[in-house]
Amino acid sequence: MTEPGRRKRKNPILRTRVPLLPPSGRSRVALGLTAAAALGRFELQVCGDCGTVQYPPREACHRCLSLALTWQPQSGAGELISETVLHHSHDVYFRDHLPWHLGMVRLDAGPTVIAHLLPASGAAPCRVRIVARLDKAGQAALVAVPDAHNISERAPDMANDTHMRELICDPRQRKVLVSDGKSPVGQALAKALVSAGAEIVWVGCAEPWKRPPGLDELNRLDSVTLVPLDVTSSDSVKSLGAELGAKVDILVNTAEVHRPYGIAARYGVEAARSEMDVNYLGLLRLAQEFGPVMRSRGADGQSSATAWVNILSVYALSNFPTHGTYSASKAAAYSLAQCLRAEMQPAGVRVMNVFPGPIDDEWNQELPPPKLTAQALARAVVKGLQEGVEDLFPGEVAQEWLARWRENPKVLERELAMSR
Amino acid sequence: MTSATLTQLVADLACGAIRIVDLTQTLSPDTPPIVLPPEAGQCWPFRLEPISRYDERGPAWYWNNFSCGEHTGTHFDAPIHWISGRDLPNNATDTIPVQHLIGPACVIDCSRQVAENPDFLLSVDFVRSWERLHGRIAPRSWLLMRSDWSKRTDPVAYQNFDEEGQHTPGPDPEVVRFLIEERDIVGFGSESIGTDAGQGAHLRPPYPCHYYMHGSGRYGLQCLTNLDLLPPVGSVIFCPPLKIRNGSGSPLRVLALVPARSDPAGAPARNP
Ligand SMILES: [Zn+2]
Repeated sequence: MTEPGRRKRKNPILRTRVPLLPPSGRSRVALGLTAAAALGRFELQVCGDCGTVQYPPREACHRCLSLALTWQPQSGAGELISETVLHHSHDVYFRDHLPWHLGMVRLDAGPTVIAHLLPASGAAPCRVRIVARLDKAGQAALVAVPDAHNISERAPDMANDTHMRELICDPRQRKVLVSDGKSPVGQALAKALVSAGAEIVWVGCAEPWKRPPGLDELNRLDSVTLVPLDVTSSDSVKSLGAELGAKVDILVNTAEVHRPYGIAARYGVEAARSEMDVNYLGLLRLAQEFGPVMRSRGADGQSSATAWVNILSVYALSNFPTHGTYSASKAAAYSLAQCLRAEMQPAGVRVMNVFPGPIDDEWNQELPPPKLTAQALARAVVKGLQEGVEDLFPGEVAQEWLARWRENPKVLERELAMSR
Repeated sequence: MTSATLTQLVADLACGAIRIVDLTQTLSPDTPPIVLPPEAGQCWPFRLEPISRYDERGPAWYWNNFSCGEHTGTHFDAPIHWISGRDLPNNATDTIPVQHLIGPACVIDCSRQVAENPDFLLSVDFVRSWERLHGRIAPRSWLLMRSDWSKRTDPVAYQNFDEEGQHTPGPDPEVVRFLIEERDIVGFGSESIGTDAGQGAHLRPPYPCHYYMHGSGRYGLQCLTNLDLLPPVGSVIFCPPLKIRNGSGSPLRVLALVPARSDPAGAPARNP
């Protein structure tokens, strides 16, 4: 008997499906669509000379042959003009997911696109909105969602749709490991994941003789279980990986050490070394023990391994000198997370990197607001999973840094060097 | 004469007339380290990373790299560890006279008092009443404070923190000075994580055992175990730290030689 609200369990005598991916080849110019989708944005090329919005992406404007094309955010508003249902495919990935609904959408901005349809999208002709999501291969896929005014009431259905679930990493009814539950961020994330419907949230707890505030309260939640995990100990990570690795659908790495120093303000290497040991090597240890088994479960039914979340820092993009060694450790972790993403990609397990600005915690006491609360960060991470985002910059500081960094990394470096 | 002593010792060890007791805790990633406020510098816990294990990293051999602080697990404190001992001659692990590293041990059993009060402080009166039973502490002895704290194998119970910090036993300031000035002990050993009590920061001076012992060129041993297998007097301990240049201490193996017929419960010894 299956109690209500619980997913049917896996039949253990059947072979676990191997992870398959939709076709992933894209031209360099088409990757612009993917780069925007990674941030949860739908962008198209806009011609700087004649103003044409074009799709599919090309090297030059299809109307005036200008090369002055820039990627610009689109509202995605348009009209669903026709639908079709795919009942047959020679592609091994699509064969597993038939029937597949596709439609033609004429965007108000001009071009017509082919998009995935959901039951919630509505029947042609109707108003829809195109959003860009990442598919299992990590490439942009366009999805027609209901028009803005009725999206919220249909959102739960969409998240539950099996095809949509391929494009997002919804924590609902999934089993999650939060690597460190002692920090405010770890605790807020564990609670947010419980609220988002996670079936089990395992919460790592290093140095059990230190009981920070909030841990006992967290432990009282029904779906939360504290587990011993110290990412500085290969032995500890290996033990938990062996015990739980095959059950973890989403791993959220919250373990971090942050000491607010540059080079001159803290003599010696020990504080910096512990930042590297946790922020960089901790990720490496987790990736080595949990990565392979999560890769093997990339297509394990409706509750497959789906996402790996790294809480990095916007300082990973450019060094913030008053938090200089921390910035360096987060830059190292960011680089390693890119490696992890490349290695998880063949299994369709998404690596989501989160780049918050300063968090309102004990190690940023001297920084003036605005600072991101742990709760706001946790909400953003859950929303990012629900939308299948790959790179997340939660909060206004992070968004501002991202914009400045994209505009000119060198200018940002100079500005940060002067801010103290 | 000397040769005969060693020959007799080896014979006694071989036939079991003298037992060897290991006073060392096992080093593992679970070994609890000293806890300091997070903004202070931190002592590394013990960590082990395999170099190879009969695999592609080294087909026929198994070995590890380990890392830890000088003060991790069962360890030795040299005088240079403390500010009070920083300018003494021969105060570091590489220069300590090796004669100081083998010596007689007096074991003072405080286990009953500690069971009732984890913050128990050893006092001069307590030592004097021990001496009435076992004789005056001989000069250049090691003084080992038996608390049975090492029987707390759960690291949480071993660390024993609450919101005001750690609660573990140790000596009071007066007895430390007494043991140095009136008994001339060579060092002080404990079963808990420091030679000082968990609340030793609130004594005057703070951390009296570190302050006075190291300030007078004496040593510390902590995280000892099996002290309940030693007689109150009559055993000899071996405690050489690693020969680290200018080291402040080191993890070490501490062994005790114990006459087989000695009674751990402590038959009264003759006064010297
Ligand atoms: Zn044009």
